[in-house]
Amino acid sequence: MEAVAPIVNFTSLQKRYGDGPLVLDGINLQVQRGDFITFIGPSGCGKSTVLKLVSGLSPWTVGELSVAGVKPRQARDRQAFIFQDATLLPWLTAQHNVELPLRLRGVPAAERVAKARQMLELVGLGAASGYYPRQLSGGMKMRVSIARALTLAPQLLLLDEPFGALDEMTRNRLNEELLALRAKAPFTAMFVTHSVAEAVFLSNRIVVMAANPGRLHAEVAVDFPYPRAPELRERPEFQAKVNEVSHLLHQVEPVPA
Amino acid sequence: MKKLPTLFVWGLPILSGLLFVALWYGIRAVSGLQSWILPTPLDILRAAFSERATLVAAAGQTAIGALGGFVLAAALGFATSLLLGVSRSLRAGLYPWLLVLQMTPVIVLTPIIMLWAGPGMPGIITITWLISYFPIVANMTQGLLSTDMNHVALFRMCNASRMQEMLLLRVPSAMPLYLAGLRIAATLAPIGAIFGEYMVGNSSGKSGGLGFLVYSYNTQIKIPALFATALTSCLLGFIFVAAVSWLNWAVLHKWHDSFERNDH
Repeated sequence: MEAVAPIVNFTSLQKRYGDGPLVLDGINLQVQRGDFITFIGPSGCGKSTVLKLVSGLSPWTVGELSVAGVKPRQARDRQAFIFQDATLLPWLTAQHNVELPLRLRGVPAAERVAKARQMLELVGLGAASGYYPRQLSGGMKMRVSIARALTLAPQLLLLDEPFGALDEMTRNRLNEELLALRAKAPFTAMFVTHSVAEAVFLSNRIVVMAANPGRLHAEVAVDFPYPRAPELRERPEFQAKVNEVSHLLHQVEPVPA
Repeated sequence: MKKLPTLFVWGLPILSGLLFVALWYGIRAVSGLQSWILPTPLDILRAAFSERATLVAAAGQTAIGALGGFVLAAALGFATSLLLGVSRSLRAGLYPWLLVLQMTPVIVLTPIIMLWAGPGMPGIITITWLISYFPIVANMTQGLLSTDMNHVALFRMCNASRMQEMLLLRVPSAMPLYLAGLRIAATLAPIGAIFGEYMVGNSSGKSGGLGFLVYSYNTQIKIPALFATALTSCLLGFIFVAAVSWLNWAVLHKWHDSFERNDH
C-alpha cells in the first residue's frame, strides 16, 4: 500500500492565526503523487495558507497534515516554493540566483554552476545568466524563479499565484512551459490562482474553496490528457470545463454588501 | 518632474554664489566693518594662499584623525548592528544604552576622553568615532530588520542556517542602508576630528590639525586666516563625502534601483 500513499494528506485540519477567526476549517484532502492540483476561490478563502502549511512556513491549529509521510518541516528538502513575485535577490545575477538553493545546501561550486546553467537553458534564459533581476522583464524573472525552484529536483512544487502579475500572453506561454518542464522532470504541483482558464489548462484536479471560514467547496476533475497543446484552450470541452468551474465559483462568491 | 537642463544644473549654483559674493561686498561697503571683523572674499583667498603650507599640513593631519575615527565607526558600527540584528533580546538590552551614548553631548565627555585616551591623536580618533558611530548602527540595524519576508521564507524553505540567512540575505539586503549610514558619518567625521583637535589636540608635532589652527588663529586675531581654515575644512568634508559616494556607487550601481537609468 506504500506506493499509493498520498504525498500530501490533510485530515480534519483547522487553522487560525493567534486568537483570530478560523482561516481554514474541516480540510480533508489527499494529494496524490503526479497530481497537478489547483486551489481557486474568493479572497480570504485561505488558498495561499494551504500552501504555507504544506511548506511548513506556518503551523496549523487542529488536525493532521503530513507531507511524504512526515511533518511538513521535515519534508522541506523534497519541496520548493514559487512565490507570487519572483523573489529574486536583487544583488545576485540570474545565474547566482538559480545557484542559491544549491549554495545553501553546500553543493560544490563547479557542480552548482553547471547545474544552474543547465536550468537557465531549460527555461530559455541561457543568454541572460549574467543579468541582474532589475534588467529582466516580469516574465523572465518568473522563469528564473522557476529555474531556481527546480534546481533541487523537488517532488512537490508549491506555486502561489506565480503568474498573477503577468500579461495574458506571457501567462499562457509560461503555463505551457511549466507543463513542458513537468513532462521532463516530473513533480507534483499544488497551484493557487485567480484565473479559471489557467486552472483548467494546467490541472488534473481543481479545488474550489469558500471563505469565512476557508473550506473546500467542491472538486472538479479535469481529464484532458497530458501533454496539453495550446489549442486545447479553443476547444468547446475546454470552455465547458471553464464554465463549470466559474459556476461553482459563483456559488461561493460573497454576497455584495 | 522635468529635469533641469545641464547648463542650469551647473549655472544656477555659480550664479547664486556670485550673488552671495556681491551681497558680501555690499554689506562691507554699507556697514563699514573693518577687515579683521568681516574680511572680503579676496582677503580670505589671500590669507589661504599665504598660509597654504600650514593649512595643507593641518588638513592632512585632520584627514588622518577623521579617517581613523570613521573607519573605526564603520567597523564597530557593522559589528554592533550584526549583534543587534541576530537577537531580539540583545536589541532590547543594548539599544537604549546606544541611545544614551548618542544623547550625551560629546563636549561633556571630552575631559573624560582626554583622561582615558590621552591628548592628541588617540583622543581625536575617539571623539570622531563617538560622533559618527550612531548613524551607522541605527541605519544598518534598520536594514538588517527590514529584509523582505518572502526572501526570508525562501531561505527557510531551503533549510538555511541562521548564519547563512545573516550573511547571504540580511547583510547584503542591508547594504543600501549601511552605506546611507556611512554617508551621514562621512559628513560628521571631519567635524568630529576638528572638534577633537580644538578640544584635545596638542601642538607638540609640526601641526595640530585644522582644529588647533582655529584655536591658534583666533588667539592671534588672524580673522581672514580663520575664514580660510573654514574653507579648507569644507573642502576636506567634500572629499570625504565624495569618497563615500563613490563607494556607494561601486557597491550598488549594478543592482540597486537607486541607480536605475531612465533611458528606455
